[in-house]
Amino acid sequence: MDLILEYFDFLLFLVLLALGYFVGRMNEQRHYLSIRRRERQLANVLAFAARFPPDPHTPRECVLVTGSVVVSSDYFKQFVTGLRTLIGGRMRAYESLLDRARREAMLRMKADASRHGCRLIFNVKVESTNVGGGMRGGTAAMEVLAYGTALKSLPDRSEAPRAA
Amino acid sequence: MTSATSAANILVSNLELVPGRRVKAHLGVVQGSTVRAKHAGKDILAGLKNIVGGELKAYTELMQEAREEATQRMVAQAASIGANAVLNLRYSTTSITPGAAEILAYGTAVVLE
Repeated sequence: MDLILEYFDFLLFLVLLALGYFVGRMNEQRHYLSIRRRERQLANVLAFAARFPPDPHTPRECVLVTGSVVVSSDYFKQFVTGLRTLIGGRMRAYESLLDRARREAMLRMKADASRHGCRLIFNVKVESTNVGGGMRGGTAAMEVLAYGTALKSLPDRSEAPRAA
Repeated sequence: MTSATSAANILVSNLELVPGRRVKAHLGVVQGSTVRAKHAGKDILAGLKNIVGGELKAYTELMQEAREEATQRMVAQAASIGANAVLNLRYSTTSITPGAAEILAYGTAVVLE
């Protein structure tokens, strides 16, 4: 018992590390599965970074659509990236975190467009901001925002359903 | 010279034009901003969530609300100068102190035909 109390901090650290690794990894895998599934579902909504629609003189309804998400890293990732900063180099742990966040934000933007009955989004901008750092500091959290202008498709093209 | 348009029917877009409509007048930049801080209670929950990682839904909602408010303020400003659309809208987010962020929305107020 005394031993446990003596090494309480260290044990807590190990438990949090294991929790972060296993649950964090499970969460990430589940999230990626859901991202891939929704990306297939929304594949008919096209997003472009182009500033102008191809035929700017045809009147079309346009709607501003946005999608955003705040993600936090897990305890294991924070530990690993903490070590990584000592030697420098590629931080894979955060790469996948930001990849997930960005794809999630894009998906939410596309879902927003789809709700408005639009299938084209132009002038897509993506921005990410660090919103972390609570009272105890250290809470690494990133917000990713994707926004663009969704246009209603022209009735002569595309509106005919291609596949069920 | 014109009566102020109601904020409800102002078109907001981040394109530099509205397809098929001509811009009659440019009225300059309009902007709206808000600074939001995180709720301490929610921050503790987020701290727990931080062990296993993933989306912090409370923060996502907080940022969304803040962005809506910034947009509303911008639109209200556009309405007060008689615009009927805001084009080339941009959002920018900056964290001021740990736990607080400013959200700014700005764009060009125009009168569309």
